[in-house]
Amino acid sequence: MSLLADLRVLDLADGSGSVCGRILADLGADVIKIEPPDGETARREPPFARDVPDANRSLTWFAANVNKRGITLDLASATGRDLFIRLVRTADVVIETPDEHGRLDYDELARANPRVILASLTAYGIDGPLAGCAASDLEITASSGSLWLAGDPGRPPVRTSVPQSPGWTGMYAAAGVLMAVLAREHTGRGQHVDVSAQAGMVTAVSQAPIFWDLLGEEQHRSGPYLVGRSVTGARFRNIWPCRDGYITFALYGGQAGRHTGRALVEWMNEALPDGAPVMLRQLDWDQFDVATAPQYQVDDLEAAIAPFFLSLSKAEFFTGVTARGMLGYPLGTVEDMASDQQLASRGFWQPVQTPWDGELCAAGSFALFDGERPHLLRAAPRVGEHNLDVFGSQLGLGMDEITTLRSAGVV
Amino acid sequence: MSAALAGTRVVELGGYAAGPVVGKYLANYGADVIRIESRRRLDGFRTHYPPFKDNQPGIERAGIFNYFNDGKRSITLNLKTERGLELARQLVKHSDVVVENFTPGTMQRLGLGYSRLAAANPSLVMLSTCNQGQTGPRATQPGFGSQLTSLSGFTHLLGEPEGTPALLYGPYIDYIAVGYGTIAVLAGLVQRRRTGRGVYIDLSQYEAGLQFLAPVMLDYFVNGRVASRQGNRHPSAVPHGVYPCRGEERWCALSVWNDDEWSRFVQALGSPAWARDPRFGSILGRKQYEAEIDVCVAEWTCQHERDDVVAVLRERGLRAAAVSSMADLFADPQLQRYAWRPVEHPVLGKVHVQAPPFLLRETPPAVRRPAPMLGEHTREVLTELLGVDDAEIAALERDGVLD
Repeated sequence: MSLLADLRVLDLADGSGSVCGRILADLGADVIKIEPPDGETARREPPFARDVPDANRSLTWFAANVNKRGITLDLASATGRDLFIRLVRTADVVIETPDEHGRLDYDELARANPRVILASLTAYGIDGPLAGCAASDLEITASSGSLWLAGDPGRPPVRTSVPQSPGWTGMYAAAGVLMAVLAREHTGRGQHVDVSAQAGMVTAVSQAPIFWDLLGEEQHRSGPYLVGRSVTGARFRNIWPCRDGYITFALYGGQAGRHTGRALVEWMNEALPDGAPVMLRQLDWDQFDVATAPQYQVDDLEAAIAPFFLSLSKAEFFTGVTARGMLGYPLGTVEDMASDQQLASRGFWQPVQTPWDGELCAAGSFALFDGERPHLLRAAPRVGEHNLDVFGSQLGLGMDEITTLRSAGVV
Repeated sequence: MSAALAGTRVVELGGYAAGPVVGKYLANYGADVIRIESRRRLDGFRTHYPPFKDNQPGIERAGIFNYFNDGKRSITLNLKTERGLELARQLVKHSDVVVENFTPGTMQRLGLGYSRLAAANPSLVMLSTCNQGQTGPRATQPGFGSQLTSLSGFTHLLGEPEGTPALLYGPYIDYIAVGYGTIAVLAGLVQRRRTGRGVYIDLSQYEAGLQFLAPVMLDYFVNGRVASRQGNRHPSAVPHGVYPCRGEERWCALSVWNDDEWSRFVQALGSPAWARDPRFGSILGRKQYEAEIDVCVAEWTCQHERDDVVAVLRERGLRAAAVSSMADLFADPQLQRYAWRPVEHPVLGKVHVQAPPFLLRETPPAVRRPAPMLGEHTREVLTELLGVDDAEIAALERDGVLD
């Protein structure tokens, strides 16, 4: 599976930008990670394999760099810079995450190779008053509106505990790179692709900005409740406690929800000695419309359902909704997903070699292409693992030249 | 300079976000995206999702439909009729890409499965995107993106450690699938330019979403650790949180990552006595007394305007940002460059849509038109692409083929 065979990518992105190259590598591109001689900073990010801190054991780094080759190069030295430009002449794409040390000059790269595409991944974009402003995942999430919309009223807004901005930014950068590859067919030239993490994460807030733009209404965080679905402003419980955790379920009607509503009533009729509460049995699920239902009706209906969910385990709920074709799921954890038959049946977990103890299971690539999932062909590279390959076979440097570069600290 | 996807035609079937937003991005970059709709089964984003113009529902009044469908053409075809299906197949024959997000099995039942379409158009790139994939024991279980976000672990990771999990707004995972779906289609087109071959893409929104949790999945497989929600805490930064500023619902986010940043942070606060406490002199000490530091930081921030707090920290090269409301997003000078594009819609008036969040500087994206009215381009498309004449269109209308 190599949709992107013949595409060569130089990946200078640190940490938060590495996902872009990973995606291209999964799709068959030859992605060469270029790190400073002592490895990139993100290799120091926990968690580590077996909790042993080591440049080759950072799991976040590993996940983002599977399927790439890796070389080291000191871009601050003239020789390193020269070698980099020689690599650029052989490449289609360069990916960078500019930092306080500056960024690559697209014009300089284009002079070396007019067909090269440069993707710059930054917090706020490379133009405007905040160009060059540093931000971590927390601040990017804040600037994008995502933080505003999450958490309980009366408490500070809260972010997802696993950083999300690297995924959003890397993903959109990969789309931008491929778009530029297609544009090159018309123009014959590469170009600069500018990816703002902040703008990328604005897509995660879905329709919330439209309320402001169209009606001048602000949306607010509301903990486990779903908002933004009602013209009356009603909120709907979406996360419910069950016997051993939480489940997700939404009161719904009309074309999309009537089957679920009726199936729930049937289920409660079978399971409960007195059957489903009258209020639920009498509801016209065809006509019930979440967009117009008033809050008091929603509250009453939800109060009639809550005790039933509290009596079920996550597994019982999942078995029930699946068998009855209903909308609803348990709240998953990584442990639940690791044993999920749906993921297993599609070969989602793929073996990959690791530098610490042989083969391991990891999340596979994101889709099936002609029924086949791209393989995890190589482990994330050790620091400088492919120096000989790339500088030798690809750039044609001799062993003695490479040794000299190594002792000068260039590679 | 011609558009990146000039000359590329896309046929789109389905509704809501996961399929149509892929089509929107392709349209923004110059593809001719033809959305097949039907009066018999309307897109839920036209009918069921606020906000509507003046809060009055109506199929041309939904802000969300416009937001995710700008730049496309719309035709109505009744796919319950043989002639309607035949017209759909002919359109696909004249196209490069099909994007669909029906429930798995629907396209095959309609006679629009990939093998049949590709028999007439071998270089076709087709994306089927759905909740959990086209195959597997739960392939046909219906699902909302908002709920899938919970199945796939995101909700468990959001909130205070001891509290009820909090929801991510909207169908969060759908937009992850949109990004990956866009990538898959573009990669398919790149391969096609090279080999002439098409490709069928089976994208599960569940699996796409899990890409964003890859590090904690590895942590489970390698270390047996089950990740859970940590509020706003981070293992290697203190403070790392969201703090109240002067006024109602004014919050700032800030983080301090090492000793050097900590000393600049203390200076920014005017070197108060509490901050000079030797217990806070190292990252380990700050981690140990994090709760105490959080209280002191909040006491400082709540005496100041949010934007002043952010400015004073940024001046010292520290990481800080306002927690932007939706109103703030539209006033943000970065997002005016990188996100918002005005569009004039015949019913909604002047509103904004978002540019694709990847800007190509030589061949930039454009908002070519607002979202189409239902069936606005039926006649135009059938005439222009399939050579259907006026008399035939009248007959198709009469027979309910264009419903």
